[in-house]
Amino acid sequence: MVHAVLCFHYSFQNLKQKDQLRGSRRTSRIVAFYGLTAPPYELDALEPYMSQKTLEIHWGKHHRAYVDNLNKQLANSPLYGLTLDELVKVAYNNGNPLPEFNNAAQVWNHNFFWESMQPDGGYMPAAGLLQQIEKDFGSFPNFREKFITTAMSLFGSGWVWLVLKKEEKKLAVVGASNAVNPLVWGDIPIITLDMWEHSYYLDYRNDRGKYVNAFMDSLVSWQSATARMARAEAFVNLGEPKIPVA
Amino acid sequence: MAFCALVSKKALGSALRSGAADLGSGLCQIRRLQTFSLPDLSYDYGALEPAISGEIMKIHHQKHHQAYITNYNKALEQLDEAIQKGDTSKVVGLQSAIKFNGGGHINHSIFWKNLAPTNEGGGEPPKGALGWAIDADFGSFEALVQKMSSEGAALQGSGWVWLALDKELKKVRIETTANQLQSSMSCCSTLPGENFTGPPGDKGATSGSLLGIDVWEHAYYLQYKNVRPDYLKNIWKVINWKHASDAFDGEAA
Repeated sequence: MVHAVLCFHYSFQNLKQKDQLRGSRRTSRIVAFYGLTAPPYELDALEPYMSQKTLEIHWGKHHRAYVDNLNKQLANSPLYGLTLDELVKVAYNNGNPLPEFNNAAQVWNHNFFWESMQPDGGYMPAAGLLQQIEKDFGSFPNFREKFITTAMSLFGSGWVWLVLKKEEKKLAVVGASNAVNPLVWGDIPIITLDMWEHSYYLDYRNDRGKYVNAFMDSLVSWQSATARMARAEAFVNLGEPKIPVA
Repeated sequence: MAFCALVSKKALGSALRSGAADLGSGLCQIRRLQTFSLPDLSYDYGALEPAISGEIMKIHHQKHHQAYITNYNKALEQLDEAIQKGDTSKVVGLQSAIKFNGGGHINHSIFWKNLAPTNEGGGEPPKGALGWAIDADFGSFEALVQKMSSEGAALQGSGWVWLALDKELKKVRIETTANQLQSSMSCCSTLPGENFTGPPGDKGATSGSLLGIDVWEHAYYLQYKNVRPDYLKNIWKVINWKHASDAFDGEAA
């Protein structure tokens, strides 16, 4: 999974001098900040299901603004210095979110969203992931319906997720409002769909159903999901591997 | 009453059609299930340009508001059925759909009246009692506009920013509510992350909405894209202060 890139720029003063300078007006400071991760495809690669115009604004303005605003907040915050995953969990503060939560979670969510899609996406997963979906939802069409229904019944802004639940050791579909994501419950996200209006309004206006179906049929990256499942199995024991009998 | 169940008009109708025997109708209450419909705007879709585009007004009214009404009617019908059957868990389960869609209908009905074309008084600051109240509670009309715009811009996700009258304290104040909550209602959210951004507690009957501004993205996205502050800067040109003043005079009496 590609995290946001951490970039460093060094002050012109030597590290060793940092202690000596503590207390002086111009203390040297090494500042790290989160970068804006680009989608792993060109901005027009998801046409006609998600237009270049949408990607330009959704990634270039919304996502970028979350990154910029997060960095501004962290410049003077005790939460400075965490990885993005840690930051999201800490800032969630067990349901009483700190000011940094919204920006941090939205940065995380959008990073994850671009990777949940691919050009020529959609259709179905294969092999192990498909088997797990069939095991936990009954069938792939059942899963698809659950995902779409959950997306459509979100009130207001939010995201819909396919997650691997660590405790129950099974896949589930979860909807959450605004910026909340499954990391805060200790679950492992597999794919996500942005249901904020800005994600679909330019291409679909109010027709959320068409957008969700387009995601399922033509955008979702099952390859990406499969890779995440493989990684998730390092943390969640899903049972004995099926070893084929010769 | 003990001999009679509440019968909805629909059930009564079908019972009569099928030639059912006497229903003890002398003791029966017949509840009529009301369906709601889309209220008309008192101005053309394009009349609020350039502050709000005609395209947005048309979709906002004909699609979004209509959808709230359609789903509200549907939820009420299902609620009616569930009550008839005594299906408590279904009744409880329908509350969030009713709150959301009914709330959306209420809020948008207020919103259309909060707007007026500039040649019909839109944008003209309030005079009289509301004007004085704003000066008293915010310092100046400009200060109110600035504060309301910044609170609207800062609202995370979807919601509304309101100018409301606290009847108890006799003060006007600004509130924000998430999704389709009305101003001054306490939040009972079940969905993780649904934040109540307004003042805590249930103020219920002590507050009246004078003015509401929709800050859901659908209210401005086609025209302003992600720049909600620009939408909030421009909408003041078409705000119907006369309606807000009348509401104030009515409530404060």
